[in-house]
Amino acid sequence: MTLTEKLLARAGGKMRVAPGENVWVQVDVLMTHDVCGPGTIGVFHREFGRDAKVWDASRIVIIPDHYIFTADSRSNRNVDLLREFVREQGIRWFYDVIDDPKSVWKFDAAKGQLKRQYGDAFAGVCHTALAAKGHTRPGEVLLGTDSHTCMAGAFNLFATGIGNTDAGFVMGTGKLLLKVPETMRFRLEGALPFGVMAKDAILHVIGEIGFDGATYRAMQFDGEGARSLSMDDRMTIANMAIEAGGKNGIFEFDAKTKAYVDARIRANGTRAAYEPVEADREQKFVYDKTFDLSKIEPTVAKHPDPGQRALARDCGDIALDRAYIGSCTGGKASDFLAFARVVKGKRVKIDTFGVPATPEVVRELQVFQMDGKSAWRVLEEAGVRMTENASCAACLGGPEDTFGRLNRPMNCITATNRNFPGRMGHKDSKVYLASPYTVAASALTGRITDPREHLPSS
Amino acid sequence: MSTILEGALYVMRDNVDTDQIIPAQYLNLVPTIPEEYEKLGGYALIGLSEAQHPERFIAPGELKTRYPLLIAGRNFGCGSSREHAPIALGAAGAQAVIAESYARIFFRNCVATGELYPIESAVRLCDTLKTGQIGRLDLDAGTLVVEGVIHRLKPLGEARPVIDAGGLFKYARRNHLIPVR
Repeated sequence: MTLTEKLLARAGGKMRVAPGENVWVQVDVLMTHDVCGPGTIGVFHREFGRDAKVWDASRIVIIPDHYIFTADSRSNRNVDLLREFVREQGIRWFYDVIDDPKSVWKFDAAKGQLKRQYGDAFAGVCHTALAAKGHTRPGEVLLGTDSHTCMAGAFNLFATGIGNTDAGFVMGTGKLLLKVPETMRFRLEGALPFGVMAKDAILHVIGEIGFDGATYRAMQFDGEGARSLSMDDRMTIANMAIEAGGKNGIFEFDAKTKAYVDARIRANGTRAAYEPVEADREQKFVYDKTFDLSKIEPTVAKHPDPGQRALARDCGDIALDRAYIGSCTGGKASDFLAFARVVKGKRVKIDTFGVPATPEVVRELQVFQMDGKSAWRVLEEAGVRMTENASCAACLGGPEDTFGRLNRPMNCITATNRNFPGRMGHKDSKVYLASPYTVAASALTGRITDPREHLPSS
Repeated sequence: MSTILEGALYVMRDNVDTDQIIPAQYLNLVPTIPEEYEKLGGYALIGLSEAQHPERFIAPGELKTRYPLLIAGRNFGCGSSREHAPIALGAAGAQAVIAESYARIFFRNCVATGELYPIESAVRLCDTLKTGQIGRLDLDAGTLVVEGVIHRLKPLGEARPVIDAGGLFKYARRNHLIPVR
């Protein structure tokens, strides 16, 4: 069996499963957020009763992160609805925007977008936060009401996005009927070359198979090239399995996985026991191809979908109005540090917005020194509008006052994961996906730019 | 549940994603709050480009559509897991979508909510059919008849009884998968 088949067999209490089989799966973690949480809770109450209790309050993780730093009162209310449910159910893992459980959340627009407006419990973008807070335990099944839940596959989990109704069912029963997907195998060899990031690798792969090329399928990334990647790199790749239509993305477990996961479980006091899965010697793949990471070049996905692959060096004729770095895919500390290496000591030529994925990323950037200055300072001095308010922000548009949102038709290059029409705001905008390096180099020139000539060589 | 659905067609092309079905700024509406469910219907398919779709799915100021049958190409509903997407279409009065293929989560959300039937066509229909034509969809026969021409549809299989029942919970209760309330 493949990694995904072994995970679903275990969670289904079966010796074997085969692709196409429907299996009742026991869920280890259910995650929801402010956009789909209130609706999920509504389904739970409607179907199981106003006084019903969730199947296991210790296995539900609630992370407000989407529409937080907005004056839209309905969005603020949705965070309060989550808090009410957490209190009613005794849910421990709630990463609230505010620290006082008796208060209500209200964004203060007068204080502006840049300065921190959250308390100590807040954790930022759900997928990054799940990993950072020790909720991604290898060998488990994690379902979330968000399509990028597949990011947790970086840690050897079966992780996929579901809707409110399915999530309401899981809340009440702890179970869900899932179809075992066929597995596509992407055997990675070599290592990423100078100026190339994991984002380029996954954009290359999506371009190869098409952005519906993995629909209903698992994407398994293995081989020595996969082992050479950092956990941040693996997260970037697993995150975008859905951009090829994939049900999940998954990596093998190794010493890097263990070190990352164990440290975060310890720091946050989450459940420590886990049991990774290993693939069998005999695995059946519906697709099996080797990709040499060392041959990949800086890659972009052009408007209007993540499958419109092109090389950055061939896109120099595309003029840009805006650059953006942030989101689960592209808002990690390593993403911002890569960006900072390109822009250090220079000035961006177009409006450039930076939204760290988590408060932890904000702290890291404010502490990390580059030639006597914090990385945060380096970014600000280069003209990047950095906000401390970690959230999904303009990656998915959001309410009109969302930081960095495209409120008029424009061309934007972004380190985020999705570029369908209207994704970042205005439906007549054009969005280009690229690595943090490429976004940074393009911010400096105002055109889509290969970052290799803008990077210091060591 | 009637097996015949009849009404005007609304024709779209490939890769109609969830941002076009219900743009992100409307996701502050909670589908289980009845008045917000109704509002979601009013924004259904508002993200489609005006240039390509001069006939709007929802007329300005309306909450309901006059097009109960949707026609599309490949990969309908790709993108986000937002259940607001099938819900907005269902709340607007859409009863079925007939596309060449679907994104996985959208298809599953149609079934789980029971909001509308996501049916695959045997061949591509979005190049030949026109918005405003009247279609007669026969779920049992697996056909869509438009102006006397019969178009074959693929069977819905095990998804059909779940949608017939009105979604995952009603189906699960009917089949004693969860206790009856």
